[in-house]
Amino acid sequence: MNTQSNAMPESFQTQSVAPAALSATRPLYWSVRRELWENRSIYIVPLAVATAALFSFSISIIAGIWETSLRLDPARPQAPFDIAAGLMMATGIIVSVFYSVDALHGERRDRSILFWKSLPVSDLITVLAKASIPLVILPLLTVAITVAMQGIMLLVSSAVLLASGQSVAMLWTKLSFVQMWLLLLYHVLTAHALWPAPIYCWLLLVSGWARRAAFLWAALPLLAIAGVEKITFHTSHFAALVGRRFIGDVPAIASTGPDMFPTDPMTHITPGHFLGSPGLWVGLAVATAFLAAAVRLRRYREPI
Amino acid sequence: MACIEARGLRKTFGTTIALDGVSLRVEEGRILGLIGPNGAGKTTALNAILGLTPYQGELRVLGRDPSTERERLMRDVCFIADVAVLPRWMRVSQALDYMAGVHPRFDRTKAEGFLAKTDIRRASKVRELSKGMVTQLHLALVMAIDAKLLVLDEPTLGLDILYRKQFYDSLLNDYFDRSRTIVVTTHQVEDVQHVLTDLMFIHRGRIVLDCSMEEFESRYLEVIVNPESVATGRALKPMHERQVLGRCILLFDRVDRQQLTALGDVRTPSIADLFVAVMGNQAGQARGN
Repeated sequence: MNTQSNAMPESFQTQSVAPAALSATRPLYWSVRRELWENRSIYIVPLAVATAALFSFSISIIAGIWETSLRLDPARPQAPFDIAAGLMMATGIIVSVFYSVDALHGERRDRSILFWKSLPVSDLITVLAKASIPLVILPLLTVAITVAMQGIMLLVSSAVLLASGQSVAMLWTKLSFVQMWLLLLYHVLTAHALWPAPIYCWLLLVSGWARRAAFLWAALPLLAIAGVEKITFHTSHFAALVGRRFIGDVPAIASTGPDMFPTDPMTHITPGHFLGSPGLWVGLAVATAFLAAAVRLRRYREPI
Repeated sequence: MACIEARGLRKTFGTTIALDGVSLRVEEGRILGLIGPNGAGKTTALNAILGLTPYQGELRVLGRDPSTERERLMRDVCFIADVAVLPRWMRVSQALDYMAGVHPRFDRTKAEGFLAKTDIRRASKVRELSKGMVTQLHLALVMAIDAKLLVLDEPTLGLDILYRKQFYDSLLNDYFDRSRTIVVTTHQVEDVQHVLTDLMFIHRGRIVLDCSMEEFESRYLEVIVNPESVATGRALKPMHERQVLGRCILLFDRVDRQQLTALGDVRTPSIADLFVAVMGNQAGQARGN
């Protein structure tokens, strides 16, 4: 009896503490999940591209095309794997752009913003959940799908080589897949998430502001600034700046090998150099400012 | 503490005045009907209460400032803004999962219990449901939240009589318990006449009538006047006069019931009739000015 009555208040305490600790992460977790429910293209498009690429790769290797290219260039057996990784990275960028430009526009267009706002989820959590799609979810998804895809490619090519009585030794000894995958993860997180963050946050901000044609409103100011610069100063620094941000072209990330591909085994990564580059921090500051503006804007946004 | 307390609420859109110094007080445990013509400022007032729009003036909802504390407020306040706001891509099961995930006061078992009484299937998407079913779903989600204030903005717009009746019946039987407060705006005033405890008319951004339903019933009387008593009736200064099937119907404010019984059949007017009378007088005053 006595122990029971002692245990009671304790369990009440833990009950009251737990929701408070969870209160910040739970809405964020569920907000990200609802983005994935609503925008299934986030994973369907990369999966479809990967499936199509795997299919054509299998056809080509069975037809012996790749085998010939192996014989032609034994120094670069990783070529098809690089093509696969490049394809997935490009897909990730395209999906990120289309997602971001619609993220805060769609909920106003279908009036569901009134439903989301009737729940105890702050504008900050909502905007952070939406920003996490191009900045965290899609980069990680790109790496995961690429790893799975290259794994299958490796198995398929080994099987074909064995079936035709050739040695698979070169494929397995010349290529270090773990190293390639770690380099890919590093490259995607730096060049496709942290570095272009201001671009995606700009798209989110415009999607929360524009009443229609968010894509146009996002692109026009950039084109206008580039145009004015070109006419006034006959230079194109701004266009080059935005372009390099967009495709993730930043020398500070790593010194690439002769292959010029980010997962080339000769690549020497320089995270210290990257983290110390003012360009990264200026970009992140601008991205934060855009996100803060998007949060502020959503406070009083109404359906359109 | 009053559930909602507003003083001198003002809101303008360009040169249009949506709220022109609205002051109101809604006590806990009331069901308030906010009735007004289109563009009277009903939705603007509700949006201010819900922290969806900026405003001037003083406003406290459950002791909080809605313009700065929306997220915290929404743990205790729910609203159905219109039948069409549930996201169309969402599945019923996803709606339940999401609500259970983000809302600390959502009782999933309760919501499933409400849904079991309907034909709504768990795997359906909102876009596959009929308009009436979407409202049923939204109501089931909202009634499963242990909230202090429920705001309904035209909740039954576009629904047939059966759904409308069911909506208010379940609201009264399964939800309302006298510690909760409900604020509802609607054009279908006949639906809510016997649901409300308080009544407010809003016109051109101002509150033009504010009374409890008990007060409404004792204060306003409608008389179907016998033809010979029409002149006597008019002398008592009715606030409104109309003709129905050749009979003259006079609406009185604060006139002794005994006095009126002599004129003809006395009854409590419908909210709709009082609304027409009050709005007619408002328009008359506006012309007089």
